[in-house]
Amino acid sequence: MAWKRSVEYILKPKKRKGIPEGLWSKCLACSRILYTEQLIKNFKVCPKCGYHFRLSAKERLSQLLEDDTFEEMDANLESVDPLKFEDSKKYPQRIKEAQEKTGLKEAVITGEGVIGTYKVAVGFFDFPFLGGSMASVVGEKICRLIEAAGEKKLPLVIVSASGGARMQEGILSLMQMAKTSAALSFYSKKALPYISVLTDPTTGGVSASFAFLADIIIAEQGALIGFAGPRVIEQTVKQKLPDKFQKAEFLLEHGMVDMVVHRKNLKQVLLKIFKLFYIKSVSSIRQDPVVGVERKNSNTNKG
Amino acid sequence: MHIKELEFEKPIIELEKRIQELKSSSSDEGFDLSKEIKDLEEKVNDKKMEIFRNITAWQRTQIARHPKRPYTLDYIGLIMEDFIELHGDRTFYDDLAIVGGIASLDERTVVVIGHQKGRDTKENLKRNFGMANPEGYRKALRLMKFAEKFSFPVITFIDTPGAYPGIGAEERGQACAIATNLKEMASLTVPIVTVVIGEGGSGGALGISIGNYIYMLEYSVYYVCSPEACSSILWRDVSKATIAAELQGITGKDLLKFGVIDGIIPETLGGSHKNPEETAKNIKTTLKKAFEELCSMPTEKLISQRYEKYRKIGEYSTI
Repeated sequence: MAWKRSVEYILKPKKRKGIPEGLWSKCLACSRILYTEQLIKNFKVCPKCGYHFRLSAKERLSQLLEDDTFEEMDANLESVDPLKFEDSKKYPQRIKEAQEKTGLKEAVITGEGVIGTYKVAVGFFDFPFLGGSMASVVGEKICRLIEAAGEKKLPLVIVSASGGARMQEGILSLMQMAKTSAALSFYSKKALPYISVLTDPTTGGVSASFAFLADIIIAEQGALIGFAGPRVIEQTVKQKLPDKFQKAEFLLEHGMVDMVVHRKNLKQVLLKIFKLFYIKSVSSIRQDPVVGVERKNSNTNKG
Repeated sequence: MHIKELEFEKPIIELEKRIQELKSSSSDEGFDLSKEIKDLEEKVNDKKMEIFRNITAWQRTQIARHPKRPYTLDYIGLIMEDFIELHGDRTFYDDLAIVGGIASLDERTVVVIGHQKGRDTKENLKRNFGMANPEGYRKALRLMKFAEKFSFPVITFIDTPGAYPGIGAEERGQACAIATNLKEMASLTVPIVTVVIGEGGSGGALGISIGNYIYMLEYSVYYVCSPEACSSILWRDVSKATIAAELQGITGKDLLKFGVIDGIIPETLGGSHKNPEETAKNIKTTLKKAFEELCSMPTEKLISQRYEKYRKIGEYSTI
C-alpha cells in the first residue's frame, strides 16, 4: 500500500508557505504534487508552474554561497525587551519560540562568503523568524554588515524577505530604517556595488529603507514587494486591486526594479554583475561547474 | 468637520461653563459673585493640572490629532516671515499633503517643509488628510537639495497619520521614495532640525524627519504603527487602541529615554490649540538655539553628528 503512505506524507506537513517536508510536497500555486527531492534540486521552484517557494535564510545561503565559505558576523547579538512588550504573549517568549522554530538567533544572518569566485558581504533574511521583521538587532546587524563591507572594500548583497518593522520594539524598530539608510549613504560614496535582492515578501520598513537603496535591484519572480500591504490598501481605497498588483513583474513594469529573475538564474546574474564591476576573484576557490564563469576572465580583472 | 470636546476634558469644560454662567448672571442681575467665580476658577485650574499632568498615551494621541490643533502652515505663519511656498516634484504633480518653501526665521533664510492636514473635509480631500504620496517625499527632497545648494538650513514639521497606502502610491514607488529621503537626508550638508507637531505616523513621518536635532511637542506622538493598527494586528480588535498606545511607548518622554529625540517643547496646558502663539514662541526659541549651534558647525561634523545620533539607536545584548 505504497500509495497510502505517500498520501500520508502529503497530508502530514500542514505548514502553509513553510518548508515542505516529507517525500512529497504540494505546490502552493498549482496544487500539483511534487517529489520533494526534485523540488529541492529545482531551487524550490515548482517545475510545473514556476511558483517560487519561500526559502529560509539558511536555504538561501546554501543556494548562493559556495560550501564552507560563509563566515558569520555578529552572531552574538540578541534581542532584549526594551518596551516590556506583552500582548497575548511576552515578547521574549515570541523571540524564544522563533529561535526554536528556525534555529536562528534573529531574523537576519550576516557575514562574508564567496559566490562563485567573488568574496562578498552578505545578509539573508529569514521570513519564518517573526516575519523577517526588523528591530534593534536586525538594524544593528545590517549596519555592521554595511560598515564591514565598506572597510574591507567588498561588494554588498542583501537578500530581503520581511514584513517590515517589528512592532514589539516600537519606535526603535522604526529608527532602524533611518540607521541602515544612513549607513548606506556612506557606503555608496565608496563606489562599491550594493545589490539588493527582493524576495517574497518584502514590504514596510525594510522596503522603505535599505532594500530599495541599492545600485542594482533584483526582484525574484512572483515576489510580493511594496510599501503597504495589499489588505491595508484594499481597505483604504475600497476598490479591487489591479491584477498582479505589487508582484515583481508589476514593479518592473512601473520602473521600480532593474530586473525580475528566476531563482535558478540568480547566482549567474550576480556573478555577471561582479565581473562587470571588476570585483577581484578569490583564486583559492575551486571553480563551481554550475556557475559557468571562466576563471581566466575573473582573474585578470582590474579591481 | 464636527468638533467634539475630548471625553476626558469634559469635567473641565463643565466647570468652565459654570463660570461663564455665573459671570453672565452677575453682570445681568448685579449680584456680586466674584468669590464664587474665583473659587471655581481655582477649581478649574486644579482640575486641568490633575487631568493633563496624568494623561495617558491614548489621550495624548487624541490631542495630537485634535482638529483644532495648529498645523504646519499655522506654525510657519506664527514663527517665520516672508514665506514663499514652492510647489511640485518636477516629475509628476504637486502633492499638497506636504508643503514647503523658503522663509525667514529671525533674519535667517531657511527651507521649511512639513506635512499639512486639512481643517475641513474639502481641504482634507485636497491635502489627503496629511498622507503623502511618493511625490510629496520627492518634492521634500527637491527642496532639501535646493537648501543644500544655497546653504540654507532645513526645518521639517511632522504631522501625518502615515504615508498614503494607495494603488498609485505603490505604482510610483512609495517605499523607494521614502528610502531615498532617509539616505539623502543622512548626508545632507546643511543642518536639519525636525519638530513633531502632531502625529508622527511611522515611515510616512520618518520620510522627512532625519535631523541633527529632533524635537517633539509636549502632546505629540511618534510611532512605528498607529495604536489602532497595532491593536487590530495584535487582538484583531481596534478597540484596544488605548492599551496599544501605552504598550508601544509613543510619547515624547518615551522617545527621549531611547535617545530618539533631543528634547520636548512645552505646549500650553491642554494642547497648543488652546494657545497657538505660546507654543509657536517655544518652537521658535528652540529652533533659534539649535541653528545658532548647528550653523557654525563644519559640514563634516554636521554630518557625523547626525549619523552618530542614529547609529546609536537600538537596544540589544551581546552574549
